[in-house]
Amino acid sequence: MKILVPIKRVPDPATTIRVLPDGSGIATDNIKWVINPFDEIALEEALRIKERQGAGDVVLVSIGQQSWQEQLRTGLAMGADRAILVKAEQPVDTFAVARILAKIVADEKPELVIIGKQAIDDDSNQVGQILAELLGWPQATFASKIEIADGRCTVIREADGGLETVAFTLPAVITTDLRLNEPRYASLPGIMKARKKPLKEIAVDTLGLDLHPRVKIKAMKAPQKRQAGRKLSSVQELVQALHTEAKVI
Amino acid sequence: MGDVLVLAEHRDGHFPKTTLVGINAGLEMARKQGGNCLAVALGDNLDGLLADLARYGTAKVIGLEDARLVHPMADAVAQAVAALVKKIGIQTVMATATAMAKDVMPRIAARLDAPMASEIIAINDDGSLVRPMYAGNVLATIELEGPVRVVTVRSTAFDAAAVSDKPAPIEKLKAELDPSNLKMEFVAFNQTKSDRPQLTEARIVVSGGRGLRSGENFKTVLEPLVDELGAAMGASRAAVDAGFVPNDLQVGQTGKVVAPELYVAVGISGAIQHLAGMKDSKTIVAINKDEEAPIFSVADFGLVADLFKAVPEMTEELKKLKH
Repeated sequence: MKILVPIKRVPDPATTIRVLPDGSGIATDNIKWVINPFDEIALEEALRIKERQGAGDVVLVSIGQQSWQEQLRTGLAMGADRAILVKAEQPVDTFAVARILAKIVADEKPELVIIGKQAIDDDSNQVGQILAELLGWPQATFASKIEIADGRCTVIREADGGLETVAFTLPAVITTDLRLNEPRYASLPGIMKARKKPLKEIAVDTLGLDLHPRVKIKAMKAPQKRQAGRKLSSVQELVQALHTEAKVI
Repeated sequence: MGDVLVLAEHRDGHFPKTTLVGINAGLEMARKQGGNCLAVALGDNLDGLLADLARYGTAKVIGLEDARLVHPMADAVAQAVAALVKKIGIQTVMATATAMAKDVMPRIAARLDAPMASEIIAINDDGSLVRPMYAGNVLATIELEGPVRVVTVRSTAFDAAAVSDKPAPIEKLKAELDPSNLKMEFVAFNQTKSDRPQLTEARIVVSGGRGLRSGENFKTVLEPLVDELGAAMGASRAAVDAGFVPNDLQVGQTGKVVAPELYVAVGISGAIQHLAGMKDSKTIVAINKDEEAPIFSVADFGLVADLFKAVPEMTEELKKLKH
């Protein structure tokens, strides 16, 4: 089975993010870049499906600048078969990303797209769902378990207040949640092999899509910092403070 | 034009607080856009629910009825809501960013070819919106371009809509669904059994982290404190990752965002991604044995202590307080 896994390059989750003084963006010096953690879970799941089925083709796709190759190479080292970099110098909004992915899906014809539920930089949680609708495919967001048999897919998904099970016939789009799996590390032989795996580049303007951004960021600022309070010396003191001072209990 | 449509999610026969928050944000958006705010509920046999929904100050409530919307699948909801939006002419489609709205709203946006803003926390007078990015470390002012737009709101950023003395008129419509485009099948919903309040509705939240060391310790150490306080229980991503508790208890950037009157963080170090989910709580208490833990930088009251001693002691102190 062919599985397409879109991945995004984001700042390492442990990085402290600083807004530029003029509010035009974030400071990108000293940032360590990684694969968006939820996309890493998506890649791991694609690899496991391939391993279970004994055959398959796991294709990575990313949309960004030349340097995004690094994360694609990491994904190839984890075990993906090949990668596509759609080169775009200008920032793209969620709708534009979904349109580009829909075009790649039309060309590659995967039976399944697995993608992280949200990128931890813009925190939008939109692309998988928009893509599913553009393709007219079923979707399962926030997946914590995926089972595939005879072209039929059953997904357990994280809902408010419990777990929902949905089913559909492939092709489909699935977005990943935290508990789906624990991604592997790239092995040394994997890293060696990744260097020789195919990585195709496509210039975004050759796709003939309307990518005009309609979500416009006018300004950024840092939120007001919460002030640290005080440390108390005992549980009794804490309970008293909550009772008589904060009056919350 | 300039009208707002709020998707009113209901569960177990009522509208949770998160839905009322969405309605209030919708009313504010409509005032600023110079239009009316309407609310729509989806399902079947909606009469009782619509009568309830009509109490919250909207210009109208609409029921979209169809047996296939009882367990709403994203493809069906997107079809039904997008068709309604086109029919009645709506500028902004809104909902509170619950798991359900996160699932369906982008799909509605795609069907309407509309730009979308996720989890806004404010509506400016000029129509621009404010939303957090980078785990809440950045507040971005954004504009959505186009005749129709889709917006979800963060449940902690707006108050719940109040009951109005004038009930809204109710209209029931048949949902427009094309069977050839319904490809998702509902199989089951496995509800987490709990007598505790919902995380997003609770006045007090007690969360545990990796410091609890096991799921068993959540039960024996943390839960007595949770129940003594009548609180909801939450957890850090680390505790969920370690398999101590289910994911729907996760508080943080990729879990739930809460802002209760009292938030008690037990054995939680306070990673950026956790702070993103609770730093707007009114009073924050941190109990951690590591005095350097970043959680203390946002806590009003900190206690540097071994949680396995401090938590049972706190539970006992609270019992004394009651008597």
